Amino acid sequence: MKTRLNLQHALAASALVLLSACSTTSQQQATDNSKLPPVGNTLSKAAVAPEALLNRLSWGSNPSTLQAMQAVGPDRYLDQQLRGRNATLPAAIQAQVDAMTISRQPFMDTMRDLEARRVASEQQKGTDDTLRKEYQQEMTRLAREAANRALLRDIYSSNQLQEQMSWFWMNHFNIHSGKHNIRAMLGDFEEQAIRPNALGNFRDLLRATVMHPAMLRYLDNEYNAVNRINENYARELMELHTMGVNGGYSQKDVQELARVLTGVGVSLNKDAPRMKPEQEKLYVRKGMFEFQPQRHDFGDKQILGQTIKGRGIAELDDVLLMLSRQPATARYVSQKLAQFFVADNPSRDLVEKMAQRFLQTDGDIPATLRTMFDSQEFVASLGKKFKDPMHYMLASVRLAYDGNTIVNTGPMLNWLNMMGQQLNGRQTPDGYALDESAWASSGQMTVRFDIARSLANGNPGLFKVDTPAPLATTAAAMPAASMTPSVAANGMQAPVMSTPAPATPVTAQATTPAAPAAPKPPPPALATSGYVKNWSKQFSPATQTALSQASTPQEWNALFLASPEMMRR
Amino acid sequence: MKRRDLLKALALLPSTAMLGISSQVMAAPATQNRLLLVFLRGGYDASNLLIPTSSNFYYESRPNIAIARPGSTPDAALALNADWGLHPALRETIYPMFQQGEAAFIPFAGTEDLTRSHFETQDSIEMGQPLNGSRNFHSGFMNRLAKVLGNNGKMTAMSFTDQLPLAMQGSAHIANTALRNVSKNNVDQRQRDLILQMYADTSLSQAVKDGFAMRDEVAREMQEEMNSANRNAISTKGFELEAQRIARLMREKYALGFIDVGGWDTHVNQGGSSGTLAVKFEELGRGLAAYRKEMGDSWRNTTVVVISEFGRTFRENGKHGTDHGHGSVYWVLGGGIKGGQVAGEQIALEAGKLFQNRDYPVLNEYRAVLGGLFGRIYGLNTNQLDQVFAGVKARDLGLA
Repeated sequence: MKTRLNLQHALAASALVLLSACSTTSQQQATDNSKLPPVGNTLSKAAVAPEALLNRLSWGSNPSTLQAMQAVGPDRYLDQQLRGRNATLPAAIQAQVDAMTISRQPFMDTMRDLEARRVASEQQKGTDDTLRKEYQQEMTRLAREAANRALLRDIYSSNQLQEQMSWFWMNHFNIHSGKHNIRAMLGDFEEQAIRPNALGNFRDLLRATVMHPAMLRYLDNEYNAVNRINENYARELMELHTMGVNGGYSQKDVQELARVLTGVGVSLNKDAPRMKPEQEKLYVRKGMFEFQPQRHDFGDKQILGQTIKGRGIAELDDVLLMLSRQPATARYVSQKLAQFFVADNPSRDLVEKMAQRFLQTDGDIPATLRTMFDSQEFVASLGKKFKDPMHYMLASVRLAYDGNTIVNTGPMLNWLNMMGQQLNGRQTPDGYALDESAWASSGQMTVRFDIARSLANGNPGLFKVDTPAPLATTAAAMPAASMTPSVAANGMQAPVMSTPAPATPVTAQATTPAAPAAPKPPPPALATSGYVKNWSKQFSPATQTALSQASTPQEWNALFLASPEMMRR
Repeated sequence: MKRRDLLKALALLPSTAMLGISSQVMAAPATQNRLLLVFLRGGYDASNLLIPTSSNFYYESRPNIAIARPGSTPDAALALNADWGLHPALRETIYPMFQQGEAAFIPFAGTEDLTRSHFETQDSIEMGQPLNGSRNFHSGFMNRLAKVLGNNGKMTAMSFTDQLPLAMQGSAHIANTALRNVSKNNVDQRQRDLILQMYADTSLSQAVKDGFAMRDEVAREMQEEMNSANRNAISTKGFELEAQRIARLMREKYALGFIDVGGWDTHVNQGGSSGTLAVKFEELGRGLAAYRKEMGDSWRNTTVVVISEFGRTFRENGKHGTDHGHGSVYWVLGGGIKGGQVAGEQIALEAGKLFQNRDYPVLNEYRAVLGGLFGRIYGLNTNQLDQVFAGVKARDLGLA
């Protein structure tokens, strides 16, 4: 649909969206230009078990999600989810999200504030390193907020497919929280680059990641300049983000793409650098994204057999268009989607069908997904896919605490850590593996049983307001980031929490407080739930026998969550 | 060490003769010998580990990050021989091992895979299969080695990682657990039995059994760690502690171990004798020294092999870092090895000798080299080696 000519406008426009969205609360874009056909009846006709279907479409089946699906039927439910409309959070959860610094403070302000802190900490004389510590703590706090927000949405959002796809793309375009100051950027990367495009067009998604400072920093492109080539990003852009390692490009293509990417970097300065007037016209600045003509290689490039005329940022538009339209890209992306949603080794036939749809629709993600969900292969695969840690944990929490308001995702972050799949904890840009053999190992299973037991007994940590013990000076320096709004909101909305946890004293040692009395957690809705009891009747005779031997409801819960059936989706 | 002597004698015989004898004499491989494979993920800069000190071209190519020639400055390379030096961050740990004949290095080592992709190359090395032809993506060479060594109901191999790496995946059941932080929560015996019952007829049954058994093992070792920590006031941290824990389990139980250490992808400001990479080398060196110490008497029967997916560009890039290259340097450590040497085929590093004018060529193909090493360590015959690295002629570099 889009011609190459208006792509430049699109690039500028998307960058403006990037900027303007900073000041508004997050709102997923409805995919108005969606190429979805009218709703069919594939899923209804196949009469799939509702729990099985929801275990794929959502982060885990539970009574409230089942209700939402039954209200419209499976096909229409899928259609709604694919169109990415009407996503809502319960008010108490939305209030927690709204109270976060990452929701309230424009990203640019946050990054400038951090940079000022960093500079101040470096100027601090002598052995006193309080400023450095505060700087580090603030970045950690921001990363924690981002993780918190992601997990709350995963558990509670009414558009579960969008949240699954957000995680999927966060993994596909993986960035690592350990590098430089990237942990302060995670929230914005997810909110502006990934999530709005998770059910949109692949090229928009790709472009948004290219234009985000977190990616440019993570893959070192901010250091990529003419005659001082750094080819790290160029390589991963082809290998991991678009065409796949055997996608038909060469070492030479990588080097040429790196030349295209010269001058593409990150800046926090208020003003453009000084340069010659003819270069000034070519300078581009959108948020922290910067194209610096002085650092760019203006020679012509040869990529995948095509000549890219050297002329500035427009070269990048050409290349992104070219990469997103490669049949190799269509296949690689389709293959990964099918691996995530269908099977470790999806058939060539399915992948080919999806890739064709991807190419026909010029990278429309919902259309590609619809082709997959409408296949017999998808239907036949339900209940068979081994859950990766994220799926296991979220499905268990969603089921155990459906209807409760979790106020602290700390225990969940800890579980992800134990299972080796921390949010943005993958150091390398390939993201976590998604297949069974990577996860179904002995160490993994014992950890899952520990988590099952911990959840089964009613995990108090999830309902205890977390005070992450900022230094007094940190709290003073960040008045906007006060914890109180979320505390108030949670106290109001969570009936089980009649008395909020006493505020932990704000001291440096507050991580080991004098054990504040934990509020009584709600019992997990498993052994007492008709829905779950009924579901367990579909389980194997061996599992049912074990469940019947449970001596307490807690033990029943633990065995249910530890069962082979709960390991698959 | 009688078996090893016998093997060395046998190795001198023509291979056909060896094959004939070995099927009887060496039906059971020498599983009292231990092997730990350390995978440095990220393609570490081998040229700054094993420094080609006789090469002027090295110093021209790395104006900012080269390590000075031995003796020239206090933080210069540590001389290994006329051509090679060692990074000074390993002065206290690996260098003494080299001097005592317990460490060796194999430069120009690696795979013929030319993608220069971390992930592709890691996978292809871990699979250890021919590059052309169909590959089995769930059959790693360490798993095949475990299978050859035989299980007999005992655990032969263990991966000290969160996930089972491709090298350890395959038909032999191999347990895994990361030992950075060990969880204390545990289901009780009764719940264990019920869980085992639920999994009895599933494909996960063995993993669940292994998991429980391994958990007991780790708990015992951790108890020992706590006891000794009480005696010694100073406790270790990080990789050093992890390596110590691994050693305890390897000493007691396992013939094969795997650990990976990430973070070697140094595109920017990797530093020279100090800096990012030096800190990583120091940490790794301390961990390996801790491992050696903790192994105690068993160190004599232990081999540690350190590998990485590839080396990096010979020339530094514009930001004082290095990009993805080809050939790497492998390390071989152990109490019973013939160390103190830089082994394998080598070339002088001069302008025009680089592979694709960029990086180290691979002259010592990893399957041939590792096969040769495994043959020596475990006394494997050619049949058995062929099960590990199909169709590869093992190459004995005389290190074991």
